[in-house]
Amino acid sequence: MAKQLYYEDVEVGIDIPTLVKHPTTQQLVKWAGASGDYYQIHYDKDFAIATGLDGIIVHGRLKIAFLVQMLTDWIGDEGKVKKLACQHRGMDLPAVDMKCKGKVTNKYVKDGEHCVECEIWTENPEGRKTAPGTATLVLPSRGK
Amino acid sequence: MAGDTLITDELRKTIGVAKQSTTIEMEKGMLRQFVDAIGDPNPLWSDEEHAKKSQYGGITFPPGILAASLMGGSGPWLDIPLQRILDGGSEWEFFEPIRPGDVITVVGTIGDLRERQGSVGKMLFIISDIEWKNQKGEVVATGRATLIRY
Repeated sequence: MAKQLYYEDVEVGIDIPTLVKHPTTQQLVKWAGASGDYYQIHYDKDFAIATGLDGIIVHGRLKIAFLVQMLTDWIGDEGKVKKLACQHRGMDLPAVDMKCKGKVTNKYVKDGEHCVECEIWTENPEGRKTAPGTATLVLPSRGK
Repeated sequence: MAGDTLITDELRKTIGVAKQSTTIEMEKGMLRQFVDAIGDPNPLWSDEEHAKKSQYGGITFPPGILAASLMGGSGPWLDIPLQRILDGGSEWEFFEPIRPGDVITVVGTIGDLRERQGSVGKMLFIISDIEWKNQKGEVVATGRATLIRY
């Protein structure tokens, strides 16, 4: 387990360590079962093509779960995800690398909480941001 | 172009009114399946001994659980003749952790309806406000979700 991240360790502009995921069609089926999303565009190629897609696509909600994994890996056992927002701007195909990335945009103390704001996104192999979003995190402080 | 709108008077009346309520028992097996599906080995979600020493004093669900469809975060389902669906995005604010054994009640309300002409035809944006509460009545999280029907 990574060591605990503290508010004082974070500067505006730094990158969150990238998490690389590789969602296979098998993983999409597992996510469908675990999350209860059985929309066929995520496992039935013929169905996906009939709706006008090029093929099976990765669940947008799975991408969000990946981004949360990136954040909770980074903030450690004592950090908290306070707010999260994510839009879906592009479809991702299975069986290719998906990079989960983030950058710190602001840090401040509010109501006694040490908050860090970030831009977060998933990136496809062409470098396009397919699921951009924002997160507000609360970190422990060394000053406490 | 009033006749062309997807948002009929009848549909507009659902704003603030159409609600969907679901109760979910947060079983430990469901947590295991969920983190396995993501491929998230963080011991906070699986190792009782490790999690005991953390801020929550025990195993919790990762906040991403609220992204799962079974958590009811897509809002009420509207009966409209648009079969195709896209997830337009979501936002959440988290207040309390979810632990195995919790019973979560989620209430989704239609917050707004918008339409747009897209390259694939008319698209209806259904914006829902969601609230999750636990068995103690604590608000675990609130959120807003956009579902696109086209």
